[in-house]
Parts: sequence; structure tokens; C-alpha cells
Amino acid sequence: MNPSHFQQVEQQLLEPAGLNISDLEKIFAHLKGADLADLYFQSNRFESWGLEDGIIKNGTYSIEQGVGVRMVIGEQTGFSYSDEISFDALTASAKAAAGIGKAGQTGRIQAWQAKDAQKMKALYQMDNPLAAMSEDEKIALLNLADKEARSASPHVQQVIANIAGVYEHILIADNEGNLNADIRPLVRMNITVVVEKDGKRESAGTGGGGRFGFDYFTQADRVREYAQEAVRLALVNLDAVAAPAGSQTVVLGSGWPGVLLHEAIGHGLEGDFNRKGTSAFSGRVGEKVASNGVTVVDDGTLENRRGSLNIDDEGTPTNCTTLIEDGVLKGYMQDKLNARLMGEQSTGNGRRESYAHLPMPRMTNTYMLAGKEDPQEIIASVKNGLYAVNFGGGQVDITSGKFVFSASEAYLIENGKVTRPVKGATLIGNGPDVLTKVSMIGNDLALDKGVGVCGKAGQSVPVGVGQPTLKIDGLTVGGTEAQS
Amino acid sequence: MNLNELKKTDAELRALSETVLKLSKKYGASDAELSLNRGSGLSVEIHQENIDKLEYHRDQGLSLTVYMGQQQGSATTGDLSTQAIEDTVKAACNIAKFTGEDKYTGLADAQLMAGDMGDLDLYHPWDLNAESAIQIATACEKAAMSYDDRIINSDGASISSYSGLSVIANTHGFIGVTPSSRHNLSCSVIAQAPNTTAMQRDYWYTTSRQHEALDSPEHVGEKSAELTLSRLNGRQINTQQATVLYSPEMARSIISHFTSSISGGSQYRKTTFLLGAKGEKVFPDFIRLHEQPHLISGFGSCYFDRDGVATVDRDIVVDGVVQDYIMGSYSARQLGLKTTANSGGTHNLTLDSTGQTFDELLKLMGTGLLVTELIGSGINGVTGDYSRGAAGFWVENGKIQFPVEEITIAGNLKDMFQNIIAVGNDVDPRSATQTGSILIEGMMVAGE
Repeated sequence: MNPSHFQQVEQQLLEPAGLNISDLEKIFAHLKGADLADLYFQSNRFESWGLEDGIIKNGTYSIEQGVGVRMVIGEQTGFSYSDEISFDALTASAKAAAGIGKAGQTGRIQAWQAKDAQKMKALYQMDNPLAAMSEDEKIALLNLADKEARSASPHVQQVIANIAGVYEHILIADNEGNLNADIRPLVRMNITVVVEKDGKRESAGTGGGGRFGFDYFTQADRVREYAQEAVRLALVNLDAVAAPAGSQTVVLGSGWPGVLLHEAIGHGLEGDFNRKGTSAFSGRVGEKVASNGVTVVDDGTLENRRGSLNIDDEGTPTNCTTLIEDGVLKGYMQDKLNARLMGEQSTGNGRRESYAHLPMPRMTNTYMLAGKEDPQEIIASVKNGLYAVNFGGGQVDITSGKFVFSASEAYLIENGKVTRPVKGATLIGNGPDVLTKVSMIGNDLALDKGVGVCGKAGQSVPVGVGQPTLKIDGLTVGGTEAQS
Repeated sequence: MNLNELKKTDAELRALSETVLKLSKKYGASDAELSLNRGSGLSVEIHQENIDKLEYHRDQGLSLTVYMGQQQGSATTGDLSTQAIEDTVKAACNIAKFTGEDKYTGLADAQLMAGDMGDLDLYHPWDLNAESAIQIATACEKAAMSYDDRIINSDGASISSYSGLSVIANTHGFIGVTPSSRHNLSCSVIAQAPNTTAMQRDYWYTTSRQHEALDSPEHVGEKSAELTLSRLNGRQINTQQATVLYSPEMARSIISHFTSSISGGSQYRKTTFLLGAKGEKVFPDFIRLHEQPHLISGFGSCYFDRDGVATVDRDIVVDGVVQDYIMGSYSARQLGLKTTANSGGTHNLTLDSTGQTFDELLKLMGTGLLVTELIGSGINGVTGDYSRGAAGFWVENGKIQFPVEEITIAGNLKDMFQNIIAVGNDVDPRSATQTGSILIEGMMVAGE
């Protein structure tokens, strides 16, 4: 690890409390007998600004900090946290978390000693993203979004624009003496417009972001691009006709439609569900779960991406983990607890929303590798079907494998040609077999623009998705129109 | 949090409120309002008789909004130390210097602040220790796992208990303190039919402000097993128009789509398919939806909203006609109307029943789809277009025939509201929104 990296985190999290690394030995003394124990120190500075009606309506600033203490014995986890970082608060939390030990302690008691901090990759900058621009510049950015959206079409009635940024410092100390630190910037911008034409109204939003400073949005005409895209989407939907209902051939566009992978297979391949045998994918490593040519990875090592991390929230370096290779299920995404219980290694997917939440296996950036087909030829190969290019959220029941994701921009394909736009509709399928219906894979892999949020067990974390254009033979589309 | 801790916390948070509001003025705010909370709890999750997780929760936070004339700024913090409070006030004041003039912003009118406040009986802390929590959750899971051989796995039995105090205060001199508690017990299990590979999962829970009022662990476990078993061998049905019966748990979502569509925010932003619906007939004649903020021990009970405005009993829909929107003082000003004391949301909604039991609704439906689960969020609030993933049961001759899965149900909410045929008396009491099953005709079901 870059020493200044570590020192900066130490300065931010431990020094104000008068704590030294060596003090942690006394804390770990309460956690003796653990198979795994860790202290997760975090500070989080958040800032957001919002525009509506052409006015900067509000801004919010917040500072959160605290420490979470976890003790794991076998399959059992004890957890406590404090929003105060001090020796006394840490001691109290450690004693509470150690309550799990009453169930039957086993040996393995050794004195705690800090090891040298590890060298670490630097996938993103350490600078405070909130400080990359002055207040006036941030406001100018939102006013520009308003102006660009309104000048994109006379039908724009309302523009709602937001920017938000987070600057996080993290220090993780575990019972083996490992110390890991990370400094994480994260920003995003969202633009939503309401358009009105001939008495009909529609709304659409778009945005982008990643692990860099707010100044990202001043580059390459990004604000104009987001604003025009939001307006284009809303106008397309003004003319949308009812979507057809029932099973049909669906062509998914590249990029954000990769939310399919996140819902259909991603969650089902998280280690906790598979260790407990509650996933539709449990015990299926080595089986064919997708068509030939389908390779899906979870990659936390992409520079500056929203879902990327230098280390996960247990201090494990992130990886590019192959989930499915040429149609065959290769493995699961693991945190330390579930990896140990399944006799595997952590894949660097142990993530948590904050110090007040327990880590669990979570995705980072999940995407399918490119195939060989020309996207135009994929569309041309469909007689009648749906071409879905933008999506809202999705959800999955990991046990039955049933998943949904909702299209927000879709078109009919008639005789191999993209024709009329159709209203948003929810698509439903079965995770373990949907990828066996993939019949063509495009050569146009793209990742999303960086605004994805994944929720699991009440915890939200930033994620990314991506895929090339895909043809799926038979997915149920929740339209309202009987198919001709 | 026991009674002594409560008294101490009450005094501390009141003093802190005063400090924060004074500091806000010191740093240039013309007005300020805040919410403060502190609470603690315990949760235990059992998986296959093992303690999966034992978690101690302790939360606190301050959320502050300051006004400088018609400009506003906000800041929040989880750290309530003197230094952090000062930094938070300064941050909010700094932001207010950069925001634009908004003629609708500011505190709610002073004469609307809540006055007399009685005891809504919301606070019943439970002196639950880890050992008893583990015992209860274990008993719950055992009842589910031993219910039937086809229950092959557990997805966990959880118990949680939380109690705390929340404060709303502003520079009109208003301060409202609400102590409250909430206890939950839930169980989720997995079933598999012999000689098949597909698994099904379902769950059941009990929740109350008083732990004595929770259903027994055995009941919760057995109910979760029963529901899970009923889903075995689910299949798709053909794509068709059908009448849909939403179970009480799912029916709540229909009310929430309606309340979003008449919220002040969606009205003034014109992001609703029910734009200008006040005075319009949106539902059939027999529909009445009303709000009762002062129900004793209610999940949504309170004497004031986030603006400090006194809450009152009111009708939202009578004879199918929208009486008023759901507004806080900001959106009310935008619309030129009077606040309905709904800053922060609604407080105990009831959709009146048309009198039928669940079985009578099945008979009334005859043939159609009973929906017991909805997934995804395919709703366009601006157009009312509705398309969601669903699971449930196919019904013929008023009787459940077989479980259904991997389907969607779709329509337009405007039509769906008008096409409500009946509202059952089988109310699910576990929520601040109370409704029985809702029967809606003319929806499109997509399957095979």
C-alpha cells in the first residue's frame, strides 16, 4: 500500500480519537477464539445539490463516521457498532460482539500484532471529489443541465437535476493482524425531465458517474449528453404504443440491459445463498447453465468504475471472477465467512453499506463478454419480437430463480426491422435457464454509465453492469396488448 | 432503551434541539427545523438451529434544514458531539448561501403547529436479551422445519426489537417528542416436492409495538411453512385477460400507488397520471379511503407531521371522489392549497371494506388470478402504466386450483382503480395502511 494512503486514513479515523494501531491489541483481546474478527472504521462525507423549476432548491451535507466490530465463530456472527470512534466505544462494541462466543468457545488464542500494511492497487484517485469544484461551479453544472434540457425540445416542462458525491475513508483491522485502508471517491449526476405534447405527458431520466471528482461532469460535453438523452427518451415514450403480452423473442441492447445478468444469475451466485443451499444455483458448479459462447464475469478491478474497489470491505483485493465460462457455471462470489465455510477463497466480494452493517457477498461490476455478431444482424434475424434498450430496476427470488427487470425504452421488431416504440413493460424469466435461450451475442460489449445501486437484505451498495447486444429466444413480456 | 434511559434521552434530545436551533440563528439562519433520533435494538437470525447473526443496533442522528429568507440548506450527522453539531449547523448555513430564492420555501405557518399532545401508547420497550431472542427464533424455525417433510431448508428465522425516541422541532418554538418501539418475528423456509429440483420459498411475520401482542413463534413458523408448501409445483398460465384478486398484503401496494399519484410533490411537478384529480371520481362509488393519525398504538400514529403541523382525521376518498391531496406545507404552497399535515407521509390509512370475506371474494371472482406476490417496480407514475412480475394461484369456480409463477400482470392504474369490484374484510393488521383483499377486473396476465 502507498504509505501516504494508509497514513491519511489513520489520520482521519484514529488520530482524532487518540487511538494508535497498537491500542487495537486490547480490543482484539476481547475477540479471542474467533475464526474471523474485524474492526471496520469508516468516515463518510456526503454532499448533494438539487435543481428544480430552474432554481437550486436545496443542498445537503453530511458527515457520518463510526466503527463496526464483528466476531465470527464457525457459522455464527456477533456484531455491534458505534458511531463514536473511541477506545471505550470500541471496547463496548467488542464485548457485545463477543456475546456470540458464549455458544461454545474453541481454542486458537494468540496475541494480536499488526502486520505491515499491504501494497495495494490504485484504481481511482485519492483526492476529495467534493473539493474538485467550488459551490458556484457545482451550481453552474446544474444550471447547465436545466438549460441543455430545455433547449433540446420545446416540449420540456420540467427539469430536475441532481449531483451527489461521497468521500470515504476506510480502515479494516482483522484478527490475523492484517491492516488495510482505502480512500474511495464516488460521484453521480442525474437529470430527469417531464415533457408534454398534445396533452400527453411523459418523464424520463438519465445520468452517469463513477469514482472520480465532480469535475468529471465538466468534461466532454457530458451534461449536454445526459440532458439530451433524457429528453430523447421522454419524447420516444410519448409516442409509445401498448407492449405485446406473452412469451416472445427479445433482443436486449448493450450496456445497462446487463441488469439482466445482475438479477438472473448474479444474486443466485452469491456465496451466502449457496453455502446455505437456498439458491436455484446451489451445487451446480460445473453444470451447463448458459448457451455456448456465454461468459460472464464480476470484475471489481476496472479503473474509476462505480462498482470497483481497490479492496473489498474485508480488506481482500478485488478480482475479476469468472462466473460462467462458455456456458458452464465456474464459481461463486465469496466473502471471507462463506468462502471459509465452503472451503474456498474469498473473491474480494465482501461488501457492506457502512460500519453499521455486516459484510456479505455482493457484486461489483457484472458483465458478459462480447461475442462475434453484428448487432444489426441480430435485429434483422428476428421476425417478430421486442428490442429493449433501456431498463429501470429489477428483482429476483433467488430460491425459485424467477427474476424481473423493467424496460423503460423498447421497440417492436417487425420483419427484422425496429419499428414503433412500446410502453415500458416488465420482463420475467427463470434465472437458471434464461441464458440457455441466448442464441446470438453481439460484438458490442458496453458498460453502464455509472448510476447503479443494488439492494440486498436492506443494504445498498453501488454496482455496475454491462453486456453486448443479446438475442433471447423466449422471454415473457408483461405488456397489455394481445399478440397478433 | 428502558424508562430511565428514555427520560435521560428525552431531556438530552430536547436540550440538543434547543442548542441546534439557537446555533442556526447564530450562524445567520432566519428559521430552522430539525429532526433528531436516538434508539437501540437487538436482532438475532437463526439458520438451521445455528445462530447466524447476533446484532446490537445503536442509532442516532440529526437532520437539520435552515432558511435564510427564501433560501434553504440542509445537513445531517450521526455524530452528536458538540463539535460535530457546530460543523453541521455551519454546513447547512453555508449551503443556504448558495441555493436559489424559492418563494414557497420556509417553515409551515406558526398557527398550524400541533398543540395538545396526549399519549398514543407507541412505546413498549422489550427487555429482550440475546438468550431469549435466540430461543424464540429457534422455536419459530423449528415449528416451520418440522411442519412437513417437503420443507427441506430454512432461509432463516429472525427476531428484532427496537425502541427509541424521535424529536421534531423548529424555530416557531414547536417541539414534539415521540417515543416508540417495534418488535418483529419472521420466518422464511424452503420447500421442494419429492423427485423434483425446483425449490420454493415464502415467509410470514408478526409485528407489534407491544411484544406481548406478537403471534407465537409456533404460529409464525407453521404459517411460513404452509405458505411455502402451497407454492410447490407452480407453473405459468396462458397469456390472457383476467380478473385479479390481490391478497391483503399485496393490496396495500395499490393504495400506495394511489397515494403517490395524489401526493403534493407529484401534483406540483406534474409527474402524475392523476394530475388535478381533486374533486374527481377516480374510483367506483363504494370506495372510501380515510386517514386516522391518532389511533392508539397505530404503526403510523402521530400528533404532528415533519413540519410540526397538527394531524387530523380526514377522508381522502369518499364515494370514489378524491377529497384532497397528500401534502406537506411546501407542496401545498406550490399548489396554492392548505397543508394536509402529510410532510413525511401518511398516518394510518384505511380502505373501507365492501363486506366480503376472502372466500366470498374468490366466489365473486369465479375464474381468475389470486396474486400473493409481486416483484419488480414496473410502474410509470406519469402515465399510470403498470406491469409487474407476479406469483399466486389460479382460481376456477371460486376455488383455488394450482399455484402460478413466472407471470406478469399489467394494466393502467387509472383503469385499475375504476375496475375495482370489491374490497374484502380480511384486513392485514400489520401495517399503517389497512386494507383487505382487492378484486380488480380486466387486467392482462402474460405467461406462456
